[in-house]
Amino acid sequence: MQLTLEFGGGLELLCESKKIHKVNVDLPNGADDLTMKHLLAWVRTNVIKERPEMFLKGDTVRPGVLVLVNDCDWELSGQLETTIEEKDVIVFISTLHGG
Amino acid sequence: MEANGGDSSEIVRELEELKLRKAEIEHRISTLEAKLHETAAVERLDAAVSNGYSSPAAIEHGLDHGLSPDQIYRYSRQLLLPSFGVEAQSNLLKSSVLVIGAGGLGSPALLYLAACGVGRLGIIDHDVVELNNMHRQIIHTEAFIGHPKVKSAASACRSVNSTIKIDEHVEALRTSNALEILSQYDIIVDATDNPPSRYMISDCCVLLGKPLVSGAALGMEGQLTVYNHNGGPCYRCLFPTPPPTSACQRCSDSGVLGVVPGVIGCLQALETIKLASMVGEPLSERMLLFDALSARIRIVKIRGRSSQCTVCGDNSSFDKHQFKNFDYEDFTQFPLFAGSLKLLPKESRISSEEFKEILQKKERHILLDVRPSHHYKIVSLPDSLNIPLANLESRLNELTSVLKEKEDVNAETGPCTSLYVVCRRGNDSQRAVQYLRESGFDSAKDIIGGLEAWAADVNPNFPTY
Repeated sequence: MQLTLEFGGGLELLCESKKIHKVNVDLPNGADDLTMKHLLAWVRTNVIKERPEMFLKGDTVRPGVLVLVNDCDWELSGQLETTIEEKDVIVFISTLHGG
Repeated sequence: MEANGGDSSEIVRELEELKLRKAEIEHRISTLEAKLHETAAVERLDAAVSNGYSSPAAIEHGLDHGLSPDQIYRYSRQLLLPSFGVEAQSNLLKSSVLVIGAGGLGSPALLYLAACGVGRLGIIDHDVVELNNMHRQIIHTEAFIGHPKVKSAASACRSVNSTIKIDEHVEALRTSNALEILSQYDIIVDATDNPPSRYMISDCCVLLGKPLVSGAALGMEGQLTVYNHNGGPCYRCLFPTPPPTSACQRCSDSGVLGVVPGVIGCLQALETIKLASMVGEPLSERMLLFDALSARIRIVKIRGRSSQCTVCGDNSSFDKHQFKNFDYEDFTQFPLFAGSLKLLPKESRISSEEFKEILQKKERHILLDVRPSHHYKIVSLPDSLNIPLANLESRLNELTSVLKEKEDVNAETGPCTSLYVVCRRGNDSQRAVQYLRESGFDSAKDIIGGLEAWAADVNPNFPTY
């Protein structure tokens, strides 16, 4: 499944300062769809290069990270249960506090 | 060259003195001008009241929207806009806005809000203008370096528009004064730079039912949204749990390109103007993400108000009393003001003067500098070991071996080696010492106030940044 992953607000520092990642993710064994839960685990293994605790806490993203699936907060689509489809754009962004 | 050196320092001193006097005179002029306008306005109002009219100038000219001829001329380009017009301008003139923070975001926000004719503009900030602010905090001028940002910003706003009312709050926003101050305004602009302030301001806006225009910027990125507006979410709906402190950076620590908060601050002014004048679609339940390097602006849909929210949710019992007693620094594990973190007991800390004595007495010690390596490259104390706080855990063995080396060399000469930890301002050094003590380095102490204190109290020639 072709997906675009984007990291921002400092999260790109966890993946070699690269903000946009065009990736190809296979369906997990025996699964009919790819959910955000699967994708987070995949990202943790394949994209995050350092300090994974700055990205994940438990099986979800750490506090202060917004997840957007096709420009829409994943809270509105079922968080970890959100089903991902071909060509989806998933954005992970850390909230900023500076000013 | 001795004489020349003396001359130039004399000139510099006189220049400083003159600049200060100039700033004071300019401030006095703008205060008097504002006062004159107010007095004139009151006189007009008195005349109107005695005649039973609301706005004599307006009535005299047959105008029922309340704008005076001067106001019509000043704001004409906004009045000419079909989607804005005289009604929106009139709403704007009747509105009041509080901008919290006169820094990178607040600078352009304040200038535009003053210029466009917000009726009453409040500014709150506890800080003073510094040279390293100037690249982004464009409301301030060099003449105000060392003076309160609020005074400087108010003076700039008055010089742009002497006809609006400007309130100066030269103080820090705290739970003890927030309710009282925020309650005086219709719209709140969050232009602060730290998580505890952001939670505190959002909670206070929920309690008072005020819309909150929230902006943030760091490095090359910015974010903007409107909270607590028309049934939309509050800050806590989006971020119920504070992020780890390692994910919270200030511009003064991580750097920022000046124009980035400038862009977000302008957009904050825009959203505020829309709310105050009641035009357009506010950026509620949506968030604008700005990436300056790739020239991308993304506007995303965010969740609505959460019924589970501990502050604005259906079953929330959060009230003004709880707000006043809520410890936002403890909640976020982040200081409200740079340099105010108090993590360690007194006996785990030493002052920069005490460290100077240790150096003079040649007491056996290791100085660990926990700043990021690119900071360390700018300037550092001699004979220090740099292990950034972020890598301390994984590089602990380096510290152990350096300590062991010292112990071996000095095995017969007196007490064990002390470990001192320094950073830029004395926050990370406390976190490092806390961690080191937990990891068995019982002698670890931090230098209070870090290298900034060293420069201020021991060596004035030591560069600060």
